[in-house]
Amino acid sequence: MSSVLYDTPGPKAKARNWVYSGVFVVVFGLALWWVLSIMADKNQLDADKWSPFVTDSQVWTTFLLPGLGETLKAGLIAMVIALPLGALLGIARLSDHAWIRVPVGAVVEFFRAIPVLMLMLFSYALYVQFSAVSSELRPLYAVVTGLVLYNAAVIAEIVRAGILTLPRGQTDAAKAIGMRKGQVMTYVLLPQAVTAMLPALVSQLVVILKDTAIGGALLGFGELLSMNRQISANYSNTIPTLIVIALIYIAVNFALTTFASWLERTLRGSKKGTGAVVGGDVAEVDAGGAAGVGKAP
Amino acid sequence: MFDFLNSGQYDVLGAFWVTVQLTLYSAVGSLVWGTVLAGMRVGPVPLMRGFATAYVNLVRNIPLTVLIIGCSLGLNQTLGITLGGSNFKEIGFRLAVLGFIAYTGTFVCEALRSGINTVPVGQAEAARALGLSFFQVLRLIVLPQAFRAVIAPLANVLIALTKNTTVAATIGVAEAALLMKEMIENEADALFAVFGVFALGFVVLTLPTGLLLGWVSKRVAVKR
Repeated sequence: MSSVLYDTPGPKAKARNWVYSGVFVVVFGLALWWVLSIMADKNQLDADKWSPFVTDSQVWTTFLLPGLGETLKAGLIAMVIALPLGALLGIARLSDHAWIRVPVGAVVEFFRAIPVLMLMLFSYALYVQFSAVSSELRPLYAVVTGLVLYNAAVIAEIVRAGILTLPRGQTDAAKAIGMRKGQVMTYVLLPQAVTAMLPALVSQLVVILKDTAIGGALLGFGELLSMNRQISANYSNTIPTLIVIALIYIAVNFALTTFASWLERTLRGSKKGTGAVVGGDVAEVDAGGAAGVGKAP
Repeated sequence: MFDFLNSGQYDVLGAFWVTVQLTLYSAVGSLVWGTVLAGMRVGPVPLMRGFATAYVNLVRNIPLTVLIIGCSLGLNQTLGITLGGSNFKEIGFRLAVLGFIAYTGTFVCEALRSGINTVPVGQAEAARALGLSFFQVLRLIVLPQAFRAVIAPLANVLIALTKNTTVAATIGVAEAALLMKEMIENEADALFAVFGVFALGFVVLTLPTGLLLGWVSKRVAVKR
């Protein structure tokens, strides 16, 4: 294994790497042992704290899976509403008319600057005061509203970046054959931008799914994280439950992230399109291209 | 409408000061931790590379709320770890900073790695041809250029961190979002005014950061 950053290790460097590995194992092992010994002290390693996840199927059917369902439900609803809203805002921000562009820009920047947690708290209070939404449904409404307000603004930026990343020739050619502004957008730019934005949108779905946990912790929304309270009330196994919940989140989100980067690679390599892609992180600098230093490992 | 600001009952500025402190401590911590992770990820020792890759991929996919609640319920209440804090306020603050560093470090690491990618291969090859070791290549040649390339992405990470500090409200750290929650409950008739004040507070915190660091990133960018 070699890299641009270091020479292929010879006998001496190999020995040194073994020493580093050894030191690392010792330090890591000590830290792990320290944590595990405290956990053992507090009886968190006892088999009966962990066995419910294997032996008691009710932990899954009454708590974890319904919780995951609520998480996915809130995330997907928010995505479905935020997507057209964000597309509209993003296109409006590219308008030729300043009286559309400027206010929309202000709205987008405003909602991007505010923590999603505050938007959730605010929408919750709004539903309490100004709506007849029942108290069981209120947390879901508040979480979805908060997520939509924030993510519509983020998606607007993704859409804008997606359209701006297309080569200029696309607009020029469309105008040259006599298309009007609306036609250029709907027939030429948007269809290509949608493919270019796909990876960024999938990554944003991960962010949305992660943010639903705020609703569970603060607004009593019955999503995956909030199940921790109920499970550990039964088995007093806070740490094992939190670890299992974290693992479920990791499984779902890791699958989505991997899918997003696969999409990005495929689209970048594809001969069909223009090769324009908005990556997972909209703000990512992409100055160096493929020739960078850290590529090898 | 805004008389809740003068009643003396709520310390809005104090709450925002806690937010700023949370942000600053976590920013410094995650910059260091993220750099260490990035160093391990591009380094020659396979074991460290594996550890850093696994860490980033695992922690990045856990919701921040789960990490923060895990710090509070798991580390503190179950395992009795206090991080040297003596009262509820101190312990909560330190646990939150720990959670933010663990989480934000992964994003710093990824930003830095993409910055390392922008450094032309010839730079590292020339450095190696001079006989520099991996640490010297990284410290003297690659990282200084990489950092200058990633000011803008790091600014975005910092802004995201500023907003993420509100998650500390879930474990009762007395920062802006927790005060807003309390005020929304007590001053229900001034809901929009309360939200406006706190929204403005965050706009004031994040907007200049973005503008300033955007300007810095243009100034220090390596001209190629």
